[in-house]
Amino acid sequence: MYQYDKFDQALVDARVADFRDQVRRRLDGSMTEEQFRPLRLMNGLYLQLHAYMLRVAVPYGTLSSAQMRMLGDIADKYDRGYGHFTTRQNIQYNWIKLEEAPDILADLASVEMHAIQTSGNCIRNTTSDQYAGAAADELVDPRPYAELIRQWSTFHPEFSYLPRKFKMAVIASDTDRAAMRLHDIGIQIVRNAAGELGCAFYVGGGMGRTPMIAPLIREFVPLDQFITYSEACLRVYNRHGRRDNKYKARIKILVHELGKEEYTRQVEEEFAHLLTQNIEPPLAELERIKAQFTDPAYDPSAPDALDRSDPDFALWVDNNCVTHKQPGYIAATISLKPVGGIPGDATSDQIRLMAGLAKEYSFDECRVTHAQNIVLPHVRKVDLYTLWQKLDAAGLGTANLDQIGDIIACPGLDYCSLANARSIPVAQKISERMAAKEQEIGELKLKISGCINACGHHHAGHIGILGVDRKGVENYQLLLGGCEGADTSLGTITGPGFDEDGIVGAVEKATDFYLANKQGSERFLDTYRRLGMAPFKEAIYAKENAE
Amino acid sequence: MTQFRFRSDEPVADPAVTVDSFGEQTNASAVRLEPGDEARDLLPHLDRLKLIEVNFPAYTDGRGYTSARVLREAGYTGELRAVGDVLVDQLAYMRRCGFDSFAPERELNVADAEAAMARYAEVYQPTVDGRSPVWAKRHGIGQHG
Ligand code: HEM
Ligand code: SF4
Repeated sequence: MYQYDKFDQALVDARVADFRDQVRRRLDGSMTEEQFRPLRLMNGLYLQLHAYMLRVAVPYGTLSSAQMRMLGDIADKYDRGYGHFTTRQNIQYNWIKLEEAPDILADLASVEMHAIQTSGNCIRNTTSDQYAGAAADELVDPRPYAELIRQWSTFHPEFSYLPRKFKMAVIASDTDRAAMRLHDIGIQIVRNAAGELGCAFYVGGGMGRTPMIAPLIREFVPLDQFITYSEACLRVYNRHGRRDNKYKARIKILVHELGKEEYTRQVEEEFAHLLTQNIEPPLAELERIKAQFTDPAYDPSAPDALDRSDPDFALWVDNNCVTHKQPGYIAATISLKPVGGIPGDATSDQIRLMAGLAKEYSFDECRVTHAQNIVLPHVRKVDLYTLWQKLDAAGLGTANLDQIGDIIACPGLDYCSLANARSIPVAQKISERMAAKEQEIGELKLKISGCINACGHHHAGHIGILGVDRKGVENYQLLLGGCEGADTSLGTITGPGFDEDGIVGAVEKATDFYLANKQGSERFLDTYRRLGMAPFKEAIYAKENAE
Repeated sequence: MTQFRFRSDEPVADPAVTVDSFGEQTNASAVRLEPGDEARDLLPHLDRLKLIEVNFPAYTDGRGYTSARVLREAGYTGELRAVGDVLVDQLAYMRRCGFDSFAPERELNVADAEAAMARYAEVYQPTVDGRSPVWAKRHGIGQHG
């Protein structure tokens, strides 16, 4: 794992002092709320319906157990004893006092963490594959590249007042587990014909009200030029991105309006210029970072066999664990989606428990996933049963990864000032209603957003739910057929919306139709893709018509 | 009014003209860039320019940062002044992009401004301000820029 040196620490410490001073000037009135707003946002502090919300950066989702423990302690000390893990691989606290925010940042800095650029119109926290360093199918560990991006983008003087927020993701395997093409810049580490590593650049993806899948604009950028290339992509955007309408301000709109060819041409021109400016960190810096992401000291004689005699354990292994590149090891996902629970929420005790388990069983490391779960990336198979028993005893043993209960949901109207509808209660009801059929249904990614901003990724759900406001009443639209990953697609709206109970019923009808019509080992998405919208629609709306 | 100036030469007395009139007045030595103006249009005339003002009608519009850097990257050495909605917490970023004088439309608290400009001893990126980024220090690479 990456460890700060004195330079990284100095920057983060300076930030704490900086923010403390900004809060002081806000509280003594020398700064207006309007002037303070973008500053606090660049520190992840939102003013929400009931209180301030603080979003803490978890770069590429990776945490040490000491960092994880601190997240639990902060939940107790400054919040109401819980935290919310988000689709951005970060954690949010919902009940924060402005006066205390500088102290939270100081506590975070003591474990090499911060909230820098977790919101605001700047380059946000870079996300990555939650199985990085463990995945059997990866070319290399993508995190060193993400760390280099973290450093380059931190307090970037030219790109801190962009037209809109800017999100980057880095992956290094063909299976995309980070929704890479739904980011402003998605980078895939690839090997060219000559055997060299480099970056494929996808630019202009995003969700929100105009979802778009990022086109490939360059197949191969050499590793000693990719920061410069990123800088060129950003400079064209900062200069020409739309600032007249905040709904058209994301880079996806610029790429779309200019056309991929013209945007690329401008980037290449800027890139040629920037190459003369020597702004690229030397490869030695990448090597320095890489040296901190080497494999942990695996036990070479760890047995590969697993005792599956406990059926509940076997189910959890089948659903929540994935193959590790090291024989004898496995990557295990802790589901934060118990039946009827609030997706992504964990209590301070649970957070500290997971921290302890990461230390004991996973080389001191855990990960936050964009599906709002926690991964223990390197667990010896012989330890797995004991680990699972400890999780299960703490209410963390739910065996539903990527199933209908593993719902992604945004905070919605329970917390969010932009929401049209509540997301959390809908997630809870669906989770309860579908629990009995969950294993039979198998893989089904269900995602809920409380408004068009799409924080809950509803466009990318096999089943997506979007909260809308219909004449002052909460209403929910249903979408089918979205998917992130290698075969990224966007969902289609089924038809008229539903009320809260109606949407739960509609989800059940859609899944019942799937179960009745699936062929062989088809997933819900496969059946939908084979049959198309029409029969699903008929099944979903049939009863309403008959009534 | 220029509140901060980090140059030792004499300030230019000429008023800054718009980019449009600058094209017509071949003797003007000071120009003002609006956010939508293309800084690169000035590149053929850099040798006769002594002052370029970059206007920030709203501090949230960050195009002026790119304009400034583009001008410095092209070798402009005259005064580069940020004017308009220039606030305490943007000063350090602006200096990194090559601004060397500031004329905020509302006067800033001097102590706050100086503290904000001095706060970050380390930077991660090389820009046009000559400061060594952290990676250069880590690898013993000399003064940048
Ligand atoms: C509760 C306070 C929140 C507010 C006010 C908020 C606001 C927004 C807004 C306005 C957008 C649309 C941006 C655009 O299209 O330009 C957005 C997108 C997004 N937000 Fe949030 N959000 C909140 C919480 C969250 C949470 C908790 C998560 C993670 C679970 C999240 C993750 C995202 C993601 C992934 C997107 C889509 C990014 C894209 O368009 O590419 N947000 N958010
Ligand atoms: S999708 Fe809408 S309701 Fe949900 S968190 Fe984002 S802005 Fe708020």
